[in-house]
Amino acid sequence: MAGATQELRQAPPQPGTTGAAPAQERLPRLALIGNPNSGKTSLFNQLTGLNQKVGNFPGVTVDRKTGVAQLGGERRAEVIDLPGTYSLYPKSLDEQVIADLLYNPSSPDYPDFVVVTVDASNLRRSLLLFSQLADLGLPAILALNMTDVAAERGITIDLPTLERELGVPVVPMNARKGVGMAALRIVMAERLAAPPALRFWQPDATVQALVNEVRAHFGLHNDYLALHYAHQFQHLHFLTETDREFLARLTEKFAFDATARQAEETVGRYARINELLLDTVTVTRTERREPASNRIDKVLTHRVFGYLIFLSVLFLLFQAIFAWAQYPMDLIDRGISALSAVIQANFHGPLVRLLTEGVIAGLGGVLIFIPQIALLFAFLAVLEETGYMARVTFLMDKLMRPFGLSGKSVVPLISGLACAVPAIMGARTIESWKDRMLTIFVTPLMSCSARIPVYTVLVALVVPDEAWLGVFNMRGLVLMGLYLLGLSSALISAFILKKVLKARERSYFIMEFPVYRWPRWKNVGLTIVEKVKAFIFQAGKVIIAISVLLWVLASYGPGNRQDQAEAQVKQAAITQRWPGSELERRVASARLETSYAGTFGHVIEPAIRPLGFDWKIGIALLTSFAAREVFVGTMSTIYSVGQDADLGTVQQKLAAEKDLQGQPFFTPVRALSLLVFYVFAMQCMSTLAVTYRETKSWRWPLGQLVYMTGLAYAASLLVWQVFA
Amino acid sequence: MAIFRRKSASAAQQPLSAGRRTANDLKMGETATVCCLKDPQMALKLLEMGCIPGTQVRLTGRAPLGDPLMLMLGDEEYTLSLRVSEALTIQLKD
Repeated sequence: MAGATQELRQAPPQPGTTGAAPAQERLPRLALIGNPNSGKTSLFNQLTGLNQKVGNFPGVTVDRKTGVAQLGGERRAEVIDLPGTYSLYPKSLDEQVIADLLYNPSSPDYPDFVVVTVDASNLRRSLLLFSQLADLGLPAILALNMTDVAAERGITIDLPTLERELGVPVVPMNARKGVGMAALRIVMAERLAAPPALRFWQPDATVQALVNEVRAHFGLHNDYLALHYAHQFQHLHFLTETDREFLARLTEKFAFDATARQAEETVGRYARINELLLDTVTVTRTERREPASNRIDKVLTHRVFGYLIFLSVLFLLFQAIFAWAQYPMDLIDRGISALSAVIQANFHGPLVRLLTEGVIAGLGGVLIFIPQIALLFAFLAVLEETGYMARVTFLMDKLMRPFGLSGKSVVPLISGLACAVPAIMGARTIESWKDRMLTIFVTPLMSCSARIPVYTVLVALVVPDEAWLGVFNMRGLVLMGLYLLGLSSALISAFILKKVLKARERSYFIMEFPVYRWPRWKNVGLTIVEKVKAFIFQAGKVIIAISVLLWVLASYGPGNRQDQAEAQVKQAAITQRWPGSELERRVASARLETSYAGTFGHVIEPAIRPLGFDWKIGIALLTSFAAREVFVGTMSTIYSVGQDADLGTVQQKLAAEKDLQGQPFFTPVRALSLLVFYVFAMQCMSTLAVTYRETKSWRWPLGQLVYMTGLAYAASLLVWQVFA
Repeated sequence: MAIFRRKSASAAQQPLSAGRRTANDLKMGETATVCCLKDPQMALKLLEMGCIPGTQVRLTGRAPLGDPLMLMLGDEEYTLSLRVSEALTIQLKD
């Protein structure tokens, strides 16, 4: 803790590089901190624009957003965006990051000063966090945001008095519109931030002895920091085991009641803030009328209209993800095929197929998700920005709780109907660890859009296109049944997992209802860019790697069995007089059968026979792991053998397949067994990759893989054994 | 819907609040003053969110199933959403 005593007023000297030129000097570092909904994100986006980087705080899954801001007078600064919080006492993993950063002056991210965003229309509550930061002795600038909202509500703030009372520069602004940005940049460039000379709150005399001991032991520069060590030592990552034991003994010796002390502190701070506000804030309200937000809420959370509107929003969301996203997806698909074709036409050699069928196909598998991810996050960002998301949570909470989920699980679950990958990323808004893990775990059970090709092919194969009771289309009913099966299994699984998981933290629902506002399109755009980048660079790497692996498995076989099989087919071709295209299909099919993947199909056949599957389906199950829709392509390749070249569609090929008795192979029960398998099975490496990324542990993706595959196996077994 | 609501409100409230009304007992649109916060852990969260003893609270809405509810705090036109179980820890002055 050598750095702890350093003088905070000056930027710490940078000893790092030897004889560094001034240009290489480390940029001053500032941290943005503020309440949720205080406009912190808008401010961060205004300061850094596209110049942002998203990483992780060491050891946790919390996003670490940094960027470089251009300040006044050609100066620049590194900006780090801290998670929104109401106080310095963390309630969630997100907020823990703040404590780890601000209480550890030797942290690589330790800021030179902080910019505190404060909601001018909610000054009392916002100043609580500021007063804590001030007592830590951190140099601060106060960005007094949402001055427009405050003005609308008749709140007048005496800025010079406020500045004097707080002892730090106060910059009035409207970050959403960019008002006040120039002034803020100048203040930041001048480094006018000073550690506030004022103390807002002093610990009780009874605690002082404890504080003194902590301070002396760690060499801390500040009483309040020492007090926080006593409060939070169990969760501060940078403390060593001995440090913690020391603090544990100390707090016991002084009989330190953390909860009571914290409540006392908060009440004390509010008392001080109230005094301060008496001098600085006047509220003139002409008439006491219902705020607009409350009037909108009367409709949007109405017991009938509330749900109807929510359903319409969902409908629009699905429309976007299924219909609108289709165009760019087709374009990407065609682009990738064209690229492969060009390469195959112009280059030859052993690596060309690896490049086109392995790497580029894998890349296509990543890129194809981008339109859906972008659209989904555009929608979610708009819902979040407008404040509607909080209302959805409010409407759905009671319905979700019996299953161990919360209102905040609704959006990820629904997004899961499009694609589990962005849905799992969207579960980040859930603060409670247990709720979030439950949501992530069960989301892949929702039938995603990649299952649609499988569903449609198989349903069309065995279900007649007839009306049931003269009204309902049979195929539509079966399809709906599959979706409901997915939904109910997700809810039931959550219910079971709830019993298994021990909650480590208390779950709160208390949250602020933000007022309705128009979305800031810049924020929406930056969210999309950020999410797409995160997907490509983090999940994408794994997807491409596994695609290449699967390609190798499907293209190469043990020994020279593939060549032998090909020779046999060619031999037969001479006697049978197959046309060129027929021969090609038969060769491809024979090579696939004798490849490692084909061998795998034969090996697992005994295991999947009780489900009614043969080795051909076994191959499709393996290749589906790259992405479920690959099922269709694989089936198409395998079932090409010995059929009329005109038999174009997969469906026709499957219908023509005969079993040993010469009966159609795909009976309704066999198709149902396969369908049920696809409803439950975890056959998506993208989902596993993103679950790993979001949970930072292989336990969860492995759990999903084992649980869902087991569930799929059991369900298919049941179907086949009971009905066949 | 109305039956549901009355049931959840009265059934849950009885064993917890000894005499004093809680934020869950407020009628729609009714305003009252916070007297004290019962659950020490929950109190920390409520305090940070601005729900301090002496603050005025007004019930501005309930979800269709009666839970969660919306409380508007003080004169700052600031709305909290919280579950019935959480509202039960907020006791009101008579």
